[in-house]
Order: sequence, then structure tokens, then C-alpha cells
Amino acid sequence: MGLLLALLGIQVFSGGSGHGLDAALAAGKTAAAPDFSLPRLNGEGTLRLHSLRGHPVVLNFWASWCIPCKQEAGLLESAAKSYRADGLVVLGVDAQDFRSDARRFAKRYGITYPIVRDGSGSTLARYGGTGFPETWFLDRRGNVVGEHVKGALTRERLARNIAAVLAG
Amino acid sequence: MSVRAFLVSAVLALLLAVPATASERHPTLAELSHEVMCPTCKQLLELSHAPVADRIRAFIKTRIAAGDTKSEIKQRLVSEFGEAVLASPPRQGFDLLAWLLPLLGLAGSATVVAAIVWRWRGHSAAAPDDEPADPELARRLDEELALLDA
Repeated sequence: MGLLLALLGIQVFSGGSGHGLDAALAAGKTAAAPDFSLPRLNGEGTLRLHSLRGHPVVLNFWASWCIPCKQEAGLLESAAKSYRADGLVVLGVDAQDFRSDARRFAKRYGITYPIVRDGSGSTLARYGGTGFPETWFLDRRGNVVGEHVKGALTRERLARNIAAVLAG
Repeated sequence: MSVRAFLVSAVLALLLAVPATASERHPTLAELSHEVMCPTCKQLLELSHAPVADRIRAFIKTRIAAGDTKSEIKQRLVSEFGEAVLASPPRQGFDLLAWLLPLLGLAGSATVVAAIVWRWRGHSAAAPDDEPADPELARRLDEELALLDA
């Protein structure tokens, strides 16, 4: 019985720190972004978030069936190119989606930044994400800073948060 | 077991197995909609109107038309969305608990009932019917029954 309770406890509390992230951001604090290692959409190995330490990161969760994701795809690609020299990395996380649909989406919208796959949506859940698209901004130390943007990004909101992570 | 009972059992088993095999080889969208979950809204596919649910229904139709079995379609969905896309948890790992706990609960309940019955029967055996547990009570009962008969 003890073993069962321990297993249940692990299952319940392994949900992650998504709510903690939002609470920290609401209080104007920073919080460590949950690390993950996910397969790349193009099938060439995996990418671990920790490997991007030293780079500001725009972490964008999206899905091909999500209409607002189509609206912001061009903005994110443009930002990835514009701020590359500053070390900024835009990382797309395709969640709860078919691989083939995601690849078609990336091709159609000319996405060149790295995309990883979170088919089950478990990584999105660890961040406290509940919909699509959702975007977090990570500083060079891997901390979540700025806003947690739910819904499509606007040019101004994206620029403001990128400025915050570049300054951090 | 008599030959007749054996034959009846065999026919019944065949009758039950035929639909199951047909369902596995030629699944329908309606069947799979009972067995697959929408990954975003965590509802059965048949109840979901989420965009990804529409996409999964289209995928299932395509795979049925391509001749996939039910297991093959489910396996493809699991490779895209993980085990949680299945309405029934897999019989392995932590999810095995979902199958084992009800059985353990049933076994535990049966044990408790069996223990109660055993104790009850034990007490009954200790007090045979033809010997009253309390002679005074038995005497008063006989008197009152006699009054009723009178």
C-alpha cells in the first residue's frame, strides 16, 4: 500500500511547475524554465532546452490546426532572423499535432528556426500551458522573464519581450 | 464437462469472437471514436468538437480507407499523441495500476465478505438450533406463543 501511495504521489506531483511560473511572473519575479529534451520535427535527433543556455530564447508552443498560430508564424520567423546576431533563439514546440501536418505548416510559412515535437502536450502542461499558441521568454540563464503570452503575438508585444530578454 | 456442454461453450466462444475479429479487421469511425480521446480537451473523440479532434477523425477515415486494422490505427495515433490518446490505459507501467486497483479492490472486498460469512457461520455452528442460547428466554417465548395459540 505504501508503494502504491508513493507511486500516486509521484504521478500527481510530477505535473511540473507551470502554475509556479505564472505566479512568479505575476509577482514580477523570474523562475527557472522547466528543462526538456524533445525530438526535432525534422527527425534529426533531440534538442534539450538546457543546451540553449547563454542564448535568450523565445519559446513558442503551437499546432498546425491552430488559427492564431498561422497569424504569428511570420512574426516569429522575422524575429528569429532579425535578432540572430544578438544570440536570440526562437524555439517552436509543436504540440498535440500530427508530424506531417506540422511539417507542412513549417514549409508553408517558411519557418527556419528549430522546432521540436511534444505530441502528447506533456511539456506544454509542465509550463502551465492550456491552449495554443502560448509563448514564454527565457533569458540567457534559462529563467522565464517578461510575459507569458496566451494567444497570438503582436509585433509590439514580441518586440517588447525580446528587448527584455536581451537586456537580462 | 459433458460433450454437449463443451460444444455449447465452443459455439458461444465463436459467436463472441467473430464480431471482435471483424471489428479489429474492419474498424469503423464510430467504434474508434469511443476508444480514442481528444488530446486537447481530454474528452472522448465522439464528444469533442476541437479542431484537433476533427483532424483525428479525418485521419481515422483515411486509415480505414487504406485498410488499416483497429490496432494499427491506434498505434499510429499513439506514436503521434502518446498513450493518453487511448481511452483505455495501456496494460503496462504506471497505467497498469488502473487495471490492477479495481481487481485488488474486488479481491479485498471478496475477502472481507468471505471472512464475515465465515465468522457468522462459525457462531451459528457454536449455537446449534435445537439448544436455546438462553433457556429463560426460550421459556418465555414458549409461554407467549402458547398464549397466541389459545
